[in-house]
Amino acid sequence: MSESKHLNGEKDMSKKDQKETEELSRYLDMDLLRFTTAGSVDDGKSTLIGRLLYDSKSIFEDQMEAIEKSSRSSGEEGVNLALLTDGLKAEREQKITIDVAYRYFATPKRKFIIADTPGHVQYTRNMVTGASTAELAIILVDASKGLLTQSKRHAFISSLLQIPHLVVAVNKMDLVDYDEEVFSSIVSDFRKFAKKLDVDQITYIPISALKGDNVVNNRENMSWYNGPTLLHHLETVKVDASHNFIDFRLPVQYVIRPNQNFRGFSGRIASGRIHPGDEVMVLPSRMKSRISEIVTRDGQLDEALAGDSVTLTIEDEIDISRGDMIVRRNNVPTVSSEFEAYLCWMDEEAMEKGKNYLIQHTSRTAQAFVDDVIYRMNVDSLSREDAERLELNEIGRVRIKTSTPLFIDSYKLNQKTGSFILIDPGTNRSVGAGMIRSASTAAARNGDSIESSLDTKDSEPGKATEKSPDVVWESWNIPREVREKRNQHQAHVLWFTGISGSGKSTIAKELERKLWGKGRQTILLDGDQLRHGLSGDLGFSPEDRTENIRRVGHLARLFFEHGNIVLCTFVSPFRKDREAVRALLPEGRFSEIFVTCEPETAQDRDPKGLYAKAKSGEIRGLTGFDAGHEAPDSAEFVIDTDKESVEEAVERLLKGVDAA
Amino acid sequence: MEGRQRNSHLKQLEDEGIYVMREVAAQFERPVLLFSGGKDSICMFQLALKAFYPGRIPFPLMHIDTGHNFSETIEYRDRLVEKYGVDLLVGSVQKSIDKGRVREETGPEASRNALQTVTLLDTLKEYQVDAALGGGRRDEEKARAKERFFSHRDAFGQWDPKNQRPELWNLFNGRKNQGEHFRVFPLSNWTEMDVWQYIAQEGIEIPEIYFAHQRKVFNRRGVWLADTEFVNRQPEEKLETRTVRFRTIGDATCTGAVLSDASTMEEIIQEVATARQTERGNRHDDKRSETAMEDRKKQGYF
Ligand SMILES: Nc1nc2c(ncn2[C@@H]2O[C@H](COP(=O)(O)OP(=O)(O)O)[C@@H](O)[C@H]2O)c(=O)[nH]1
Repeated sequence: MSESKHLNGEKDMSKKDQKETEELSRYLDMDLLRFTTAGSVDDGKSTLIGRLLYDSKSIFEDQMEAIEKSSRSSGEEGVNLALLTDGLKAEREQKITIDVAYRYFATPKRKFIIADTPGHVQYTRNMVTGASTAELAIILVDASKGLLTQSKRHAFISSLLQIPHLVVAVNKMDLVDYDEEVFSSIVSDFRKFAKKLDVDQITYIPISALKGDNVVNNRENMSWYNGPTLLHHLETVKVDASHNFIDFRLPVQYVIRPNQNFRGFSGRIASGRIHPGDEVMVLPSRMKSRISEIVTRDGQLDEALAGDSVTLTIEDEIDISRGDMIVRRNNVPTVSSEFEAYLCWMDEEAMEKGKNYLIQHTSRTAQAFVDDVIYRMNVDSLSREDAERLELNEIGRVRIKTSTPLFIDSYKLNQKTGSFILIDPGTNRSVGAGMIRSASTAAARNGDSIESSLDTKDSEPGKATEKSPDVVWESWNIPREVREKRNQHQAHVLWFTGISGSGKSTIAKELERKLWGKGRQTILLDGDQLRHGLSGDLGFSPEDRTENIRRVGHLARLFFEHGNIVLCTFVSPFRKDREAVRALLPEGRFSEIFVTCEPETAQDRDPKGLYAKAKSGEIRGLTGFDAGHEAPDSAEFVIDTDKESVEEAVERLLKGVDAA
Repeated sequence: MEGRQRNSHLKQLEDEGIYVMREVAAQFERPVLLFSGGKDSICMFQLALKAFYPGRIPFPLMHIDTGHNFSETIEYRDRLVEKYGVDLLVGSVQKSIDKGRVREETGPEASRNALQTVTLLDTLKEYQVDAALGGGRRDEEKARAKERFFSHRDAFGQWDPKNQRPELWNLFNGRKNQGEHFRVFPLSNWTEMDVWQYIAQEGIEIPEIYFAHQRKVFNRRGVWLADTEFVNRQPEEKLETRTVRFRTIGDATCTGAVLSDASTMEEIIQEVATARQTERGNRHDDKRSETAMEDRKKQGYF
C-alpha cells in the first residue's frame, strides 16, 4: 500500500494541500450543457463545430496534424475544420455525416456535450435521437440560401422534443457581405414560422463558421450586430430548464438487498424532490408509507432532486420491484394502459397498427400495440394528413394500448415519465420513439386517473391546465364567429408587457378609446384592477405571478370568445407565462406588444410611486428594479417609449389591428 | 460534499454512470466489468461501488491479461479485488496463443493488442457473458464518437456501425438473441479531464505508474516506450533514463509514456489541462493508420 497516493473511497482531505482543493472546487462548480446541432447538408455544421472546438482551444496538436494531413491528401487548401468531426471512414469518403455523433469540449465556465446530427431529408430519426437529451438546439441556416424547408423541419422537431432553448445561427454571412438585411429577412421569416411552434426561447445569431465571426470571437465585420457570440450564449444560457422539480417520481430501477435488514429502492429521480419523512405511495400497488432514509455511499441525504441517482428506504415493508414507481400521495401520475402520443418511427420496417411491440417506459416494460393513427404530421408543412401507418422518419399522433398500466405524465410536463420507446420483439430493434400527450379520454373516464386531478399540494398551480391538455372546449351556445359577424370585426387579444412606468397603460387606454370610437367591442384588463379581485389572494412571488397571468389568460379568452378586442396590460415578466396565454388563443389572434424604455425613464415617471418604495426598501422584487423582465423574442410589436410618442405608437397599433 | 454544486457536471456524470450500472445489473443475467487497472476502469469500479451500496457489486470483474503488464497494475488489481471482495475472471492472451487460437506477432512492432480481441471474445463466451461494461469514452477517438451506451454485438462479437440502435432519452434497449452480447459504456460522456478530476474528487487510489517516476525508456517514432522484456528494442533505439508517467495503461508494448514531472494529482490535472496531445496520441497502435481504431473496433476490440 505504501505506493498508493490515496486510499480508495476513504477521503483524507488533510493530505491535499489547500491549493489543490481550490483548484478542484473551481472545476467542480462547472455545470453542463447538452446541445444538438442541425442543418442541411453543406450548411456548415461540421465547420461550425470544428470552429467552436478550434477557437475554444479544444483541439489537440495530434488531432490538428491528422486533419492537416487529411486535408492535404484530399487536395484541399488550408485546414478543413469539418474533418475534425467527420467520424466514420465510409462517411468521410462520401463526405457526409450519417449518424448522431457526440463531441465534448469545455471552457472555464461550462462543459459541453454536442449531439451532432445530420440534416438529410431522411434522417429525422437521428435528429430526434440527438434532440432527446439536448437542452439547446442550434439550427443552422445558410445565409446565401435563405430559410429552407429543412430548417423548419429542424425547428419543428426541436419543439416536438421540447428543447427549451433554440438558436438560429445564420451561417456563411461572409458570402452575403455581412449584410444586415439578409440576416433580418431570415430572422423575420423564421419568426413567422416559429409562431406555429411551441418553443420558449429563440436566439438569432449571424455567423461565419468558416471565417470565425461571432462564433467564439466577435470580429468587426458585423458591427450592426450587438448580441452575444454563439459561444457566449452557450456559456450563459440557463441550464436545467427542462427539469421538472415539482412532481416527485422515482421509477424503481433496482432493489438492493444485501441482508435481511436492508431493503433499498434504487433509481434516478425522474422529477421533483424528496426528503426523509415524506409520505409516499407506490404504484401500481397504491400502498402508502414514508421515506425513512435517502442512502448514498457518500452518506445520507436530507434531500434528493430530479437527476440524482439514489437509494430510498421506506418505513413499511411493502413489496416493490423494478418497474414500480414511488410518488407522493397527493401528486400521482396518470395510471393508464391507453394513451395518446406523438410517435417518431425509426425503423425501415413500417409501423403497423395492431402489431405487437414492446414498450419501454421509465424502468417498466410491457407489451403494446398502436390502436389508431390519428394523423400523420407533415413535418414540412406542419399539416395533418390521414395515414394508416408510419414509415421510417415519419411522425404521427397515435393511440397506444399496453398490456399493463403505465405511470405516465404528459411529455410537456415531464420528459422522463412522458417518453417511451417501442421495440420490435422479432428483431429487438428500437423502432419508435414516443412523447406522451395524454391518457386517452376513454381511459380517464374509466377512473384510472381520478387521483391525478385531486389535491395538488406540491404541484404548481399554473400547471393545473396542463393536466388536461386535451379537454375539448364545450362549444359555445352562440359561437364567436356569429358574434364577430354581428360586431362586424374580429375578436383579438392585445397583450401589453413591460415594466412599471414603461407606458403600457397609457398606450393601451388611448388605443382602446380610439377603437371604441370606431365602433369596436373592447375591454381593457389591467393588472391593478384584477389584483384587487380575481387575484386578490396572490402575491408577487414567481409562482404567484405565474398563477395571476394564468387567470388573466383565461379571462381574456372568455372575453375573446365573447367577440371583444381585449387589451391586457400586465407586467408579466416571464416569457413562458405569456406564451401560455398565447397558446390559449387561435393562431394570429394574439398580439404581444412589448413596451420598453430605459430603466431611468421608468423610474423618473414612476406613475405609482413603486420605484420610490423599492428604493427605500419598502418593497422587494419590483420588476425593472430588483427583478428582471424577460423580453419577448418575437413580439408582434415593440414600442420604445423613449423614442416613440404615445400618438405614434397608437397609430401604428391601430394599423396593425386593422390588418389582422 | 459541502460546496459541491448540485448541477456540477461531475455530479451529473456520476449520476448517469450509476444509472447505467444499475440498468446493466437489472437488464442482464451475466454481466461483467472489464477491468484493466487503467484509470477508466478504476472510475467505473467506483461507480459500481456507489450504484449498489450498501450491497456488494453484483457482478465479477474481468481482466483480459496480455501477459505484457506493468507489474504495478496487477498488484493494484489484486489489492482491489481483495479489499472489496469481488470476483475476478481472467482471460489470458498467452493461453489463446498456446491453444493456437491466435498467432503471436513478430518483428519490432509486435504487440498483443490485436490478439486481445480474440481472447476477449473467447472469455466472454466461456463465461456466457451477456453484457461487458467497458471504460470507453466517446472523446477518445473519432470512431468512438458515435458509440452508444448500450452497444450491440452480434454473435461474432462484431460491431456494425450501421446497425446500432438509436438511443433516446435514458431508455436503453438491452434486448438480444442467444449468443449476442452488449458492450456497455457508463463513461461515454466523460472526457479524460473528467476522469482525472473525478479520481481527485473522490480520493481514489490509482496505480503508481500514473505519477511521474524514473524509468528506462526509448523513443520510437515520437513515442516513449518503456524498456520491458516484452518489447523488441532495435539496436538503434537507445535507452535513456527519463522522468515519465503514463496517461493510459494498456499493453506494455504499445503504451507510450509522457515526459512529465507530475507527481501529485493536482499536477496531473494541471498537465492534462494544458496538454497539446490527446492521450491516444501516445498509443502506438493508433499511429499505424488513420482509421486504425475503427478497423479494430469492427472486429470486436474493446
Ligand atoms: N463562405 C463560407 N463557407 C462556409 C461557411 N461554413 C461552412 N462553409 C463551407 O460550406 C461547405 C460545407 O461545410 P460543412 O461544414 O462540411 O457542412 P455540413 O454538411 O453542414 O457539415 C464547406 O465547403 C465549408 O467550407 C461559412 O461561414 N462561410
